Amino acid sequence: MAASSKPGSPRPPPSSSSSMAQDLFNNFSFSKTLKLKTKQQELLIRVTVLTLIYILAFITRLFSVLRYESMIHEFDPYFNYRTTLYLTKNGFAEFWNWFDSESWYPLGRIIGGTLYPGLMLTAAALYWVLRFLRFAVHIREVCVLTAPFFASNTTLVAYFFGKEIWDSGAGIVAAALIAICPGYISRSVAGSYDNEGVAIFALLLTFYLFVKAVNTGSLAWALASAFGYFYMVSAWGGYVFIINLVPLYVLVLLVTGRYSLRLYVAYNCMYVVGMLLAMQIRFVGFQHVQSGEHMAAMGVFFLLQVFFFLDWVRHLLSDAKLFEAFLRITVTGAVSVGAIALGVGTASGYISPWTGRFYSLLDPTYAKDHIPIIASVSEHQPTAWSSFMFDFHILLILFPAGLYFCFKRLSDATIFIVMYGLTSMYFAGVMVRLILVATPAVCLISAIAVSATVKNLTRLVRSQSQAVQSGSSKGASTAKSSSKGVIDNSQPFQRNGAILLLLGAFYLLTRYAIHCTWVTSEAYSSPSIVLAARGAHGNRVIFDDYREAYFWLRQNTPPDAKVMSWWDYGYQITAMGNRTVIVDNNTWNNTHIATVGRAMSSYEDEAYEIMRSLDVDYVLVVFGGVTGYSSDDINKFLWMVRIGGGVFPVIKEPDYLVNGEYRVDKGAAPKMLNCLMYKLSYYRFGELTTEYGKPPGFDRARGVEIGNKDIKLEYLEEAFTTQNWIVRIYKVKPPKNRW
Amino acid sequence: MLRFALTLLLFTLAFGVLSSSPVFSDLILAKVDRRIDLTSQIVRITTSLKVENAGSNPISEILLSFPENQAKHLAYLTATLNEGKGKGKASSGAGLPTEVVIPKDVPDSLTFYSLSLPKGLGKGESLLLDVLAVFTHALEPFPEKISQADIQLLLFQDTAHFLSPYKVMVQSLAVKLPEARVESYTKLEGTKLSGSELKYGPFHNIPPFSYLPIIIHFENNQPFAVAEELVREIEISHWGNVQVTEHYNLFHGGAKSKGEFSRLDYQARPYVRGASAFRRLVARLPPRAHSVYYRDEIGNISTSSLWGDSKKTELEIEPRYPLFGGWRTAFTIGYGLPLRDFLFESDGKRFLNFSFGSPINELVIDTLIVKVVLPEGSKDISASVPFPVKQWQETKFSHLDLVGRPVVVLEKNNVVPEHNEHFQVYYKFNSLSMLREPLMLIFGFFFLFVACIVYMHADLSISKSSASYLAKVQWEEVQATVQQIHNIISHCLTAHDKLEASLRDLSRTGDVQACKATRKSVDSLLKGVSKDLKPLVTFLQSSPQAAHILPKVEELIAKERDLQERLMAKHTTVVDCYEKKLGGREIENRIASNQQKITSLRQEVDDLMDFIDEI
Repeated sequence: MAASSKPGSPRPPPSSSSSMAQDLFNNFSFSKTLKLKTKQQELLIRVTVLTLIYILAFITRLFSVLRYESMIHEFDPYFNYRTTLYLTKNGFAEFWNWFDSESWYPLGRIIGGTLYPGLMLTAAALYWVLRFLRFAVHIREVCVLTAPFFASNTTLVAYFFGKEIWDSGAGIVAAALIAICPGYISRSVAGSYDNEGVAIFALLLTFYLFVKAVNTGSLAWALASAFGYFYMVSAWGGYVFIINLVPLYVLVLLVTGRYSLRLYVAYNCMYVVGMLLAMQIRFVGFQHVQSGEHMAAMGVFFLLQVFFFLDWVRHLLSDAKLFEAFLRITVTGAVSVGAIALGVGTASGYISPWTGRFYSLLDPTYAKDHIPIIASVSEHQPTAWSSFMFDFHILLILFPAGLYFCFKRLSDATIFIVMYGLTSMYFAGVMVRLILVATPAVCLISAIAVSATVKNLTRLVRSQSQAVQSGSSKGASTAKSSSKGVIDNSQPFQRNGAILLLLGAFYLLTRYAIHCTWVTSEAYSSPSIVLAARGAHGNRVIFDDYREAYFWLRQNTPPDAKVMSWWDYGYQITAMGNRTVIVDNNTWNNTHIATVGRAMSSYEDEAYEIMRSLDVDYVLVVFGGVTGYSSDDINKFLWMVRIGGGVFPVIKEPDYLVNGEYRVDKGAAPKMLNCLMYKLSYYRFGELTTEYGKPPGFDRARGVEIGNKDIKLEYLEEAFTTQNWIVRIYKVKPPKNRW
Repeated sequence: MLRFALTLLLFTLAFGVLSSSPVFSDLILAKVDRRIDLTSQIVRITTSLKVENAGSNPISEILLSFPENQAKHLAYLTATLNEGKGKGKASSGAGLPTEVVIPKDVPDSLTFYSLSLPKGLGKGESLLLDVLAVFTHALEPFPEKISQADIQLLLFQDTAHFLSPYKVMVQSLAVKLPEARVESYTKLEGTKLSGSELKYGPFHNIPPFSYLPIIIHFENNQPFAVAEELVREIEISHWGNVQVTEHYNLFHGGAKSKGEFSRLDYQARPYVRGASAFRRLVARLPPRAHSVYYRDEIGNISTSSLWGDSKKTELEIEPRYPLFGGWRTAFTIGYGLPLRDFLFESDGKRFLNFSFGSPINELVIDTLIVKVVLPEGSKDISASVPFPVKQWQETKFSHLDLVGRPVVVLEKNNVVPEHNEHFQVYYKFNSLSMLREPLMLIFGFFFLFVACIVYMHADLSISKSSASYLAKVQWEEVQATVQQIHNIISHCLTAHDKLEASLRDLSRTGDVQACKATRKSVDSLLKGVSKDLKPLVTFLQSSPQAAHILPKVEELIAKERDLQERLMAKHTTVVDCYEKKLGGREIENRIASNQQKITSLRQEVDDLMDFIDEI
């Protein structure tokens, strides 16, 4: 809250001097002597505010640590944690060459070649530095606090970026806004040890350095931006956004006639060095020269050379007509050469076409029709208006206002932020998780709006008060002078209006701060491994079933046991249960996932064959029927059917539906009632009374009585069920003796 | 069962031979009472002996013997002299269990412990001796695998006769069972089962080495919590805390569970369908334990509760899941204790006095490792433990350590609650070393800030002659100059304010002389100031960098001068008027035109000042 009320404070407080003016002369001169050091004062206030923002950004993300404990959240972070652990234990070379046989059984996974190592290396580096400084911290604590730490650093980058685009006031406001913006907090609370945590920092840093390079034309800044890009590439797949936005920006500058040598230096250096550096990441490899997604950057690179060449030729040729002809020939030639190269590259397969993920960004409906595995993830759904409001709050209104200010004072830098804002806003609309990418842009543009408005208003208030001040200082010694009346009459009500608007802005920013804190504490600080609910007496009930099950697996199954579950739980099982899984959250092999989906949606005997062929020892399902936990496997089941059916046509979605309706009660489809997933979820559930006044076998997650209460298992047996039945583990029986 | 029969056969063979062997010594056990406690997984055999010396030579050594199958499970053995009413621990201190292999006539299958008496037992004298022997893993589950609903049945085998190298006159045996339910037991003459107690004997005149096997098959659903390994780390901080961290690696040592585990059955009737499982453990921590935590490798375990009073702190912990036979779990308990309760000083040495075993009730520990982490810089370290342990030293690195903390490691196998005795670790430590770590931090921050200051003030540019560097330097000079001008002008403005103030004083007091004096001083001050301004303006004029701000600065100076003159004029007018004793209205009229100009000029100067300030 302190931060959001800051916008006005960097400048010497105007209201105080106005009240002082009413006072005696001594006081007045005192404020004058203070004003002598305005510069230092301002610097002091600015540094203090930034420090406070830095701390605020960190501590506002600690809700989950205080409420629960210092633990890793959700799904992907567990993989990151596991790899970081491996890295710190075995060193970089081992990590880079790690073949992980615990996941994707029997295929395995080459970890070093299939991950973005930036996050792990960052955490490990922090860990090593702390160790070197003789702080005996545990790597888990480092991992848990990496995201908040980088969020704090992001506020600093936002400050400098804002300063570069507009002025230091906007920078401070931007830092304050981004420090508590829910859109960013959702991916950077303590424990959310995911790539995005450091990637947003890297993204903003790269953009800032690039804009700085464009503004100064300095090779050093361009080089720094290339390294920022390298860090971004090493941390997150979202780097594709940079490598497309930057050339787009360059193109816009070219078209709008803002081409300059500064731009030429900045882009060439950043692109060439950045590309070479990015190739060092094994997962990215030669994609910069081979994949369709990166071709725009290369095209713009060549275009820039042509532009430069033309500029040079124009400089040599004094004749305008001659140049015109030359221009025509060169441009036609360059474009056709480029088109041919692209065509040949694509046709020969040297340049790979766009991937499905990329397509689904451009066309929101693409994934739904073609790639069910992408569509099945809830964070890949198109964004609802409410979540925009939830994540941005007043920034959503300030964003257009900021765009207005940007257009009013158009410069290379503001063009960049406008383009960044508009494109990322579009992507945020396509996919929920990309709100994250839009957040820095929205914060910066809104900060411009806030800063410009507040600055204008305070100037108004101040100039008025100064006029009043000198007038009244005179009026104090003598009788009423006419001068005061003249100035006041010239701008009636303006001062009051300005004060009113300032109060309004202050109120809005306060609301924003309250909203952000509330969202952070209520919505984004739950680890999702531990579930909390309110008990009947208002007390907090904790469901720690996931860890119960994973720890059971870890302790009470053979070390080489293979566990089959839906891919969501793969990372957690390997990290916490320390057991081999068939599929996990790195969804690189669709067929393998489809096989698991097929097993889950087949009858038990068919599923047994599949499980035997995959060497499965245990099957793990998540079931929320007892507790009313809705994101369980039965609710995800249709996606298993779809993904399984996408590869194995034996599985047909209509078999599991009744009149296009998905149900689990008596009216459910017979195939549904007897498929493996249904059986494993509801095994012996029919004997359990879950709610008073309801028949036994009442599923609280779906609010119906289940249709098949008499489930017999022939090839599997219940091995373990957690206290609240959320995780159920079954053991696959060995094949029967033939004699 | 087959194995049993074999051992029994061996024994009978052995003793058949032995019975004819010569009498060991002249000792006679006049009366022997044995009580076997089978109520938990730990078997405790208490034997009270009345020893008589029938021979002529004084005897200072008594032998206790155990068959091999018991000896390997023997965890703890203590003998106490029972001297009438007063119980004095005599022999257990002096006659620590010493393994003695008796030459020649004794079969390998027996293990002997000799107790040395404090003073020899003379002819015809007798003494009373209480012997406590504690065994672990002595109960064998039978059947070895049970399903969830089954109860756990155990086999216990022992001899009904007291196995001893001496002759026993009268002996009785009582076995205490946990529950009334006994599946079967060896029936001998005079065997009585009353409630949960089983009585054998009394037997008379038993020859040396007589062995009468008995087997009891009974129900026991007590928790069979066995810690495969327990690492206790006791870390001493001289800032007032002893931090204890205990890493348990636990399993259920009873009958292995087979078949499926049904949560439904377990939930509905946990004491029937899951009778053999245990779900909670109770640890009794020392009083004033604080910051207790209970976690495992993957995080905090939320199912625990803590009570405390002045005598003890009781921690009830529930593993993540109920433990059935053969299931394992692992967890860590940590707590802090006040240092003054455990650390003492004697002869210039400090010593830690701490209990050896685990605070958890009725826990069997296969391997116990106790690590005492002493503060960095401790010297002359030695440990004293009341029983034999393996001992070595390590180094541990913790916060802000440079050479590491010395760690005393004690290792012991087969530990039972009876081992919860205090042990001591002696060391020397200089209190001044306590200040090392805070000082390290202070200096760390100090150097950080110094580095920052140096960085802020040092000129780190590589090329001192490049155009941009020179321009930067020049610009800085210009800025400094402008700042100086700004300062001077604000001095002037303060002087103006002084003039105005003197005018107001005049209107109040009418003291013309004072007012004149003020004007004089201000006048001279302003004159001096304008001299100072000249070189600065000249510098600005000569500097190309200042080209764009020069007009503003010049304007400012001109305006200020104007303002100054007008103020002076006004001042003169007012003072003159006062001297002429003109009325207030008149004065106002005279200065009215000037006043308006002054106000607007002042406004303009202020604006210009702001502008220059922002450069």
